[in-house]
Amino acid sequence: MTAAADTATTSTDASDIPAPEGSITVTVKILRFNPELDSEPHWESYDVPALPTDRVLNLLINIKSYVDGTLSFRRSCAHGICGSDAMQINGINRLACKVLIKDLLAKKDKQTTITIAPIKGLPVMKDLYVDMEPFFEAFRAVKPYLITYGNEPTRERIQSAADRERFDDTTKCILCACCTTSCPVYWADGSYFGPAAIVNAHRFIFDSRDEGAEERMDILNDAEGVWRCRTTFNCTDACPRGIQVTKAIQEVKRALLFKRV
Amino acid sequence: MTTGVLPLDKPRAPRRPAARRSNFELYSWLFMRISGIALVVLVLGHLFIMNILDEGVQRINFGFVAGRWASPFWQFWDLSMLWLAQLHGGNGLRTIIDDYARKDTTRFWLKMLLYVSMAIILILGTMVIFTFDPNI
Repeated sequence: MTAAADTATTSTDASDIPAPEGSITVTVKILRFNPELDSEPHWESYDVPALPTDRVLNLLINIKSYVDGTLSFRRSCAHGICGSDAMQINGINRLACKVLIKDLLAKKDKQTTITIAPIKGLPVMKDLYVDMEPFFEAFRAVKPYLITYGNEPTRERIQSAADRERFDDTTKCILCACCTTSCPVYWADGSYFGPAAIVNAHRFIFDSRDEGAEERMDILNDAEGVWRCRTTFNCTDACPRGIQVTKAIQEVKRALLFKRV
Repeated sequence: MTTGVLPLDKPRAPRRPAARRSNFELYSWLFMRISGIALVVLVLGHLFIMNILDEGVQRINFGFVAGRWASPFWQFWDLSMLWLAQLHGGNGLRTIIDDYARKDTTRFWLKMLLYVSMAIILILGTMVIFTFDPNI
């Protein structure tokens, strides 16, 4: 990396960002990486105005719009539904659109610093933008779709409320990768299926209408399957949808152990 | 094309080896739980007998060990402690090596070292318990 390239990317003048009444200045520290210029990711700080009711995503959009247009990150719906803007905020995996600045403020009279890094365990393409393909490959590998055999019924497939309840929690997954990229086993071994894939397998394994439980359980019984889980609960803590991820993994373990779904 | 599935199905997808369809990981997981519970009883019992009961560690000598191993009960106790601790610890180290080794060759040689040292300790320990001669 040359010095000229260095100065070209380090414009941190945030005076153009509109500062509404009641806003305070916070430091946003972002782990930047430009594959065309940098050999290693590096931290860059931006002092930006923020309202306590702002979300972290607002600050990122402000930085991109007013300070440095080269800042790269994913976001789509910006309302915690699409799961695009998963990132490590103050060391914890969160959706940037669901974290309010008022929950990150430092104690009285101290400067607030918000550190933002890309989610871990997936290859970083640029700044906060990671290659999600390994994550989706694990998701596809557990066959996350309805599998049935025999003739199709002429009516809808009926299910009782109690049967629906069994996998209700795992239907909430939005595939943001917060859980999988918070898992230390996944960091160390990228071929581990990871919590998200297991959650989506759980959603079908425990569905009374589905007949593919055995296939999926065979896949998850493998060396890179559920038995690699060390129950560190990082996934449960990270999930922006409040899914009891670790519990779902243990339910799959139990089903394997007692050969009963 | 060696496989029947078109790669167009999912371009750029990383490849995942086919499932081995073995219950090894399931049984090793189960073994860790059961041996763990057994070891709590065995090891704490062992520590209590050796260090606290009667005069504690002061009374341990060649005669004490010889007296214990004259009984099949204590032979069995020590034998199961040896095997369970070795297999439990060895399996734990195996998963740690799987987690932390970055290259397949490193992983292979670390595991070889682990398995060889486990075998040596298991064979040596078992031999001592069964062939112990109190009259030397």
